[in-house]
Amino acid sequence: MMEPGLYHILFISAALFFIGVYGFFTRRNLITMLMSTELILNSVNLNFIAFNKYLWPGKMDGLFFTVFVIAIAAAEAAVGIAIIINLYRSHQSIDVASAEDLKY
Amino acid sequence: MISGSTILFYLLAALTLTCGLLSVTTRHIFRAAIYVLFALIGIAGLYFWMEYEFIAAVQIVVYVGGIIVLIIFSIFLTQQAGEKLAKPVLNRQLFSALAVFCGFALTLLQVFQHDFKAGTEAAVLPTVANIGNNMLNVSESGYALPFEVISILLLAALVGCIVIALRSKPETK
Repeated sequence: MMEPGLYHILFISAALFFIGVYGFFTRRNLITMLMSTELILNSVNLNFIAFNKYLWPGKMDGLFFTVFVIAIAAAEAAVGIAIIINLYRSHQSIDVASAEDLKY
Repeated sequence: MISGSTILFYLLAALTLTCGLLSVTTRHIFRAAIYVLFALIGIAGLYFWMEYEFIAAVQIVVYVGGIIVLIIFSIFLTQQAGEKLAKPVLNRQLFSALAVFCGFALTLLQVFQHDFKAGTEAAVLPTVANIGNNMLNVSESGYALPFEVISILLLAALVGCIVIALRSKPETK
């Protein structure tokens, strides 16, 4: 076993990102798709922190970007869930197939 | 000789990745939410491991305490008890797995071929005092402007949530 470093964290974050993408592709339920986006955003945060720690320790840019991404993710989840619950109220289902009224 | 920190790292990595994988493959939506919760806790553990305690605390408070609770409540509001998610079509599963695998392989190839050069400047410790000073600093390397922009965004999201969630008033008055 090697001493963990930057590449290990990049591997984890890449794996988590593509797990999230897989969930986003295969799921057809809006809430689980939202969970997949949370996983994707978290993998990006992990990348930011790893780069900040190992490559540019003299600045805190990665840390602040992580804080802002977390804030945006919270806002996005709140608005998304409000939309999902409203959709459920009008369609009695939260499947993406039921959310295609805007297409016509 | 394996140090405790290394073992801890691999344990946290395994926790994060297994829970992430289970959360996108399980067919019980409530279990999916709980698996996401543990994946997020694993990531918070990785932040602790990298000694970014502030970010780890924010991660636990906002994600575990906020977003996951919100998701669980929305599951309670929209799902029938004991109902399973529909099984995804095999074709879609297959091609998504293929696309994801190719993307993953490509990314890893790029990452491991690239030689990252570390900066040489003295490290700024991510203490709460440093973070606070930089966050509200208007000079160079300050983050006062993005901070304000995020504040406006959060306010807009709040107002938007209220507007969306408002029950439309009955027509008869």
